[in-house]
Amino acid sequence: MIQQTIKFYQTGTFTVGNRLLDESQRSVQANMERTNSLNSGHRACQGCGEALGARYAIDAAMRATGNRLIAVNATGCLEVFSTPYPESSWQIPWIHSLFGNAAAVASGIAAALRMRGQDDVRVIAQGGDGGTTDIGFGCLSGMFERNDDVLYLCYDNEAYMNTGVQRSSATPPTARTATTMAVGDEPGNPFGTGKNVPLIAMAHHIPYVATATVANLRDLEAKVTKAMALRGARYIHIHVPCPLGWGSDPALTIRIARLAVESGLFPLFEAAHGELTSRTFIRRRVPAAEYLRLQKRFAHLFTAGAEAQLARVQAIADRNIERFGLLAPESAS
Amino acid sequence: MNKPFAITLEVGSSLANKTGSWRTMRPEYLDRLPPCNAACPAGENIQSWLYHAEGGDYESAWRALVADNPLPAIMGRVCYHPCETACNRALHDAAVGINSVERFLGDAALKKGWAFAPPAAGTGKRVLVVGAGPSGLSAAYHLRRLGHAVKIVEAGPLAGGMMRFGIPKYRLPREVLDGEVRRILDLGVELELGRKVTDIRAEMAAGRFDAAFLAVGAHIGKRAYIPAGSAARMLDAVSVLRGMEGEDKPMLGRRVVVYGGGNTALDVARTARRLGASEAIIVYRRTREKMPAHDFEVEEALQEGVMIKWLSTIRNMADEGTLTVEKMTLDDKGFPQPTGEFETLEADSLVLALGQDVDLSLLDGVPGLEIRDGVAVVGPDMMTGFPGLFAGGDMVPSERTVTVAVGHGKKAARHIDAWLRDTRHAPPPKHELAAFDKLNTWYYSDASKTVRPMLDVARRSSTFDEVVQGLDESNALFEARRCLSCGNCFECDNCYGVCPDNAIIKLGPGQRYEINYDYCKGCGICVEECPCGAINMVPEKI
Ligand SMILES: Cc1cc2nc3c(=O)[nH]c(=O)nc-3n(C[C@H](O)[C@H](O)[C@H](O)COP(=O)(O)OP(=O)(O)OC[C@H]3O[C@@H](n4cnc5c(N)ncnc54)[C@H](O)[C@@H]3O)c2cc1C
Ligand SMILES: Cc1ncc(C[n+]2csc(CCOP(=O)(O)OP(=O)(O)O)c2C)c(N)n1
Ligand code: SF4
Ligand SMILES: [Mg+2]
Repeated sequence: MIQQTIKFYQTGTFTVGNRLLDESQRSVQANMERTNSLNSGHRACQGCGEALGARYAIDAAMRATGNRLIAVNATGCLEVFSTPYPESSWQIPWIHSLFGNAAAVASGIAAALRMRGQDDVRVIAQGGDGGTTDIGFGCLSGMFERNDDVLYLCYDNEAYMNTGVQRSSATPPTARTATTMAVGDEPGNPFGTGKNVPLIAMAHHIPYVATATVANLRDLEAKVTKAMALRGARYIHIHVPCPLGWGSDPALTIRIARLAVESGLFPLFEAAHGELTSRTFIRRRVPAAEYLRLQKRFAHLFTAGAEAQLARVQAIADRNIERFGLLAPESAS
Repeated sequence: MNKPFAITLEVGSSLANKTGSWRTMRPEYLDRLPPCNAACPAGENIQSWLYHAEGGDYESAWRALVADNPLPAIMGRVCYHPCETACNRALHDAAVGINSVERFLGDAALKKGWAFAPPAAGTGKRVLVVGAGPSGLSAAYHLRRLGHAVKIVEAGPLAGGMMRFGIPKYRLPREVLDGEVRRILDLGVELELGRKVTDIRAEMAAGRFDAAFLAVGAHIGKRAYIPAGSAARMLDAVSVLRGMEGEDKPMLGRRVVVYGGGNTALDVARTARRLGASEAIIVYRRTREKMPAHDFEVEEALQEGVMIKWLSTIRNMADEGTLTVEKMTLDDKGFPQPTGEFETLEADSLVLALGQDVDLSLLDGVPGLEIRDGVAVVGPDMMTGFPGLFAGGDMVPSERTVTVAVGHGKKAARHIDAWLRDTRHAPPPKHELAAFDKLNTWYYSDASKTVRPMLDVARRSSTFDEVVQGLDESNALFEARRCLSCGNCFECDNCYGVCPDNAIIKLGPGQRYEINYDYCKGCGICVEECPCGAINMVPEKI
């Protein structure tokens, strides 16, 4: 898919569609014939970022592969809300096995397809941050190091949401979860813990690694499309706000995801074979507080005495901006 | 069991699960009133014609425009564009150049020869219009389109009113005016030139008219008492400007002083420069901030070398052309007060531009008709106290602009039409305003207004060529596409894309969207992410 560079549009390409653009240059989501891979009637909460991110990503992959796609799903909200047996919202070949083995099941399917010589059918594995960065991590790393022909999509809502918001290794510092209560000297999830799986994926030197967000559809679709044009192990880490777990207004799901990017807390980048190849620039930089303030899990950062904690979160954002070069050259200050 | 491996129940679809039952609030599409439309004195649906222009369909854009205003090429030159002052985009980067796009469309229509849609079937009713200024022309156009027979009687030698005998050529070329007048006449409007109506009731009776619309304007230059020598050359602005249309241009001399602070004063001073005056000085009793003239016109005049003396009044004019000017000061209420300090100015002529009065003599003896502060009183339906006699434009209480005059003409036409049918015209209720806080401006890309290229100052002040040049096609398209489409869906697909429940149904180009309430959980993301504020959240009836 072409990323639009036409300058003089009313809305540029920030909107989902644009009636003034040629059909071929519009997003998959703008299309009346999009797959709707994850169909209506699923039981995700109001304003679920994960449901949205999954449809965005899988619809784009369906378009990119000419609908020749099998998806493997780890246990987690996405699986539970979409497929209470025998009902399913999935309108694609889809399989669920266990919480921690999605990458391994996908590796197996890819191997089976290879054995059968069916190289036109492609495989995706998908799971939450818990299933990816914690329990499924061994299988994932194995899939990477063998360079199996699978695209792995991690929907990062920054905790174990399906079982009641427990901390994962993707939970950000200071966030309140059921297991990191907002009490004591350092309320919420402690600083200095957790891991950055996109960077770890890069360390495997696999063909493609990217981060994406539900707040930037065009960017997300472009990355999924690019990933599906490649062979070997690929990884896309998608930021998906969770109104229930984050204590945010369901209507603000996209706005919150956007503020994560605009503050620098969630950098958008791509890497090939271990090297950073691109970043998506911040358009209107905001202080981290603007992002944090809209979520009850960070409410304690806005009480008296929490200034130092807030400043440490801001420092993380600033470090990301510097490290990934997130400011466009002309707006760098 | 005849099922695939590991399957014991038939696979079902989640569509069986009507998640719409979770909802406590529901999103609903609505149209809000764009601020530009709300501010347009001619009642144009600006957002709508820009929408057509955005797609490059200029003819549809022009047709949407002339549904309200038959004079877009004129508007695009002389309208003071309150729409741009109100435009939401001004709060984002710079207002949309609505006026220049209007001019582009108006010019395109003249160039391509687009004609108005033919009038509705004849109603058998006859309406008299007195005066062929913008108000009379607009009323005639709208009445004719509604199927009435219309005759305009105009005192002057040509149609146009103050657009011809006031506004100078360098702002409104006469080919443009002629072209737009011709198009109205081509609809089958009858125009009689060179005859002044002196008794409206007699005129109506003689022509067996069922109703009349008066739009005689305000043409009598106001005088101020300035003691002057018998040889002093004192003129009034309206006569000077009217003289510009004749063979013999007015003789103003090399040093011209203009007295007044309105747009007319500026037009006269700029005209004087073009006629060869080396000095054109405007004398005005208050400050620049208090000047009724528009800022951009003051700016253009200053660039052309017009000088302005603020806080000054003219006390007398001696024979040899020496003016005595008194300095003024503003009191705490903002009124100018004399200071007793005097100075002198040399002038070959003094032009008074102090406003105009209305010649209402044709209304003498009309029963029920009320005149207040020198203008005719009309109701909200533009009807005077005499049934069937309507009036508009400069002769009724108004801001006295071409655009207001056009708006009056349209409004009067609708009420006259209703009156002729023995009904009342009730305008549809207005939508709530699409204020800036209803927009999600994240989705609009930033781009500044295309500034209309200006003729260079030297060339401008010595000729009567048009000062402000139009946009070319690529500029106009760019400008139109800067419109935020405030409060009105422009089919950006955002709602269709951002719904986590696929509960938005896209109906296809031009058809907008529908909400599938079977599955809409009422999260409100679509409302939040709609760029233009065309979706609203309302409580569900539980
Ligand atoms: C110098 C100058 C510059 C201006 N510049 C601008 C501008 O840039 N933008 C803007 O919006 N406005 C401008 N205006 C104001 C604008 O021109 C008027 O508000 C507008 O023309 C009023 O329209 P009208 O139809 O009411 O009257 P007019 O335009 O005055 O037309 C009235 C017509 O009626 C005719 N008439 C009068 N009496 C009779 C009679 N008894 N029988 C038959 N016919 C009769 C007259 O000959 C005239 O043609 C300007 C005015 C002046 C004087
Ligand atoms: C081996 C195993 N341990 C625990 C669980 C219970 N469990 C189901 S989903 C889930 C959390 C999923 O979290 P995450 O992967 O982040 O996905 P989310 O629900 O947040 O989308 C857990 C702990 C399980 N199904 N299997
Ligand atoms: S952005 Fe468009 S719709 Fe909104 S006020 Fe300006 S011209 Fe009107
Ligand atoms: Mg999770």
